[in-house]
Amino acid sequence: MTDRIAILGGGTGGAVLANNLAERLRPEIDAGDVEVTLINDDPDHVYKPIWLYVPFGKREPADARRPLQSLVDDRIDLRIDRVTRIDTDGKRLELRDGPGSLAYDYLVAATGSTLAPTEIPGLEEGGHDYYSESGSLALRDDLLSMTEGHLVLSVIGTPHMCPAAPLEFVFMADDWLRERGLREDVDITYTYPIQRVHGNPHIAEWAEPIMDERGIDVETFFNADAIDPEAGTVTSMEGTEIDYDVLAAIPPHRGVDVVEEAGLGERGWVDVNKHTLEADEAEDVYALGDAATTGVPKAGSVAHYQAGVVAQRLESEIRGRPATETYDGKTLCFIETGMDSASYVEFDYENPPSPAPPSEKLHWSKLAYNESYWLTARGLL
Amino acid sequence: MPTTDIEPTDTVDARGAACPGPLMDLISRVRGAESGDVIRLLSDNDQSLTDVSEWVDETDNELLAVDESGDEYEFYVEVA
Repeated sequence: MTDRIAILGGGTGGAVLANNLAERLRPEIDAGDVEVTLINDDPDHVYKPIWLYVPFGKREPADARRPLQSLVDDRIDLRIDRVTRIDTDGKRLELRDGPGSLAYDYLVAATGSTLAPTEIPGLEEGGHDYYSESGSLALRDDLLSMTEGHLVLSVIGTPHMCPAAPLEFVFMADDWLRERGLREDVDITYTYPIQRVHGNPHIAEWAEPIMDERGIDVETFFNADAIDPEAGTVTSMEGTEIDYDVLAAIPPHRGVDVVEEAGLGERGWVDVNKHTLEADEAEDVYALGDAATTGVPKAGSVAHYQAGVVAQRLESEIRGRPATETYDGKTLCFIETGMDSASYVEFDYENPPSPAPPSEKLHWSKLAYNESYWLTARGLL
Repeated sequence: MPTTDIEPTDTVDARGAACPGPLMDLISRVRGAESGDVIRLLSDNDQSLTDVSEWVDETDNELLAVDESGDEYEFYVEVA
């Protein structure tokens, strides 16, 4: 009997997992005993961290795209299609284009994050994000024409992709405007929903003095409730109103609807055991990366490490051995602190982050990793 | 056993979530709530004791009660 593994989503987690399985289960796949199907609704794989550099004119959205087919092992059955229903009892997936439905024995949801700006009145019209191609391009246009006024970075939705990116954006904007001789004429304000500048207290404690030193104004306990694009104002649930000329906003995030409709978790995030990555609400279903509610950041490094765990667990299950591999919360992030300096953090469930002193070397390390990322997607790094 | 007889409109179960997850879950639910709704937040994170009360103080919402008698904390927040 053939064991069928279906992977939903060809982002970092899905691509790394598919290639990892192709390597681990090569004999079984070649013998026809295992089939691995990767389903993605875009023929391209997209490396989203590139978008941070687009508003500053450093990268183009095309730099973040490569055909998924070129990254995934030939042993993987790649389907460019969209899953419209997950039946976890019958272990079947309904597909938009088909043909027919797809049966599975093991399912991995690597369905990522989606943006939900319409949850905040006025946000689509009044703000831009750098969490999408279109948003990063629109923000670039606004920033390039900005010579004075008020640049506001507002973290509205949490959890959101790459929790360090809002800090990176204001640090980079500050440096970029200084280099262009505009900083004295552009005020920068950073808003955050809770009482500090980042969800993780250790990173917040590290970032706050840097923001103070750079003259970046901070509004904490600021949960944007409405944007008035005409007036150029952001109003918070706490009753504070801020005027803006350019608004870079981190919109509310969701998972995908089919996950929620399958009863796997609220807002499209899959409830999982944070160590085994097994779904709470269905048998033989795993989730990884942004889609999994493990409490760690929605970041590429997390998806990468979790893919290794899921691959080993699936290998064990298919070979009839107890699955022993677990995820320890390992997360790794570079944090840009300007246009030519960066910090670095590494942490897990037990050990908190301790940001490294910013340096040019770490900045170039981040840029070098962005280039070598394509080896990660191929399962080689 | 709970020590309050407040009837919540909705419950947010944030047990197991690390800080600031419980507060963010509460804020997210308050966003979609009606004035007068009472949201019950379940959290087993000690930090929630300060996070939730500090945030509610910043808003017009009201922290009606905090039940600490069980294995987790129960916060009752009335939406302004």
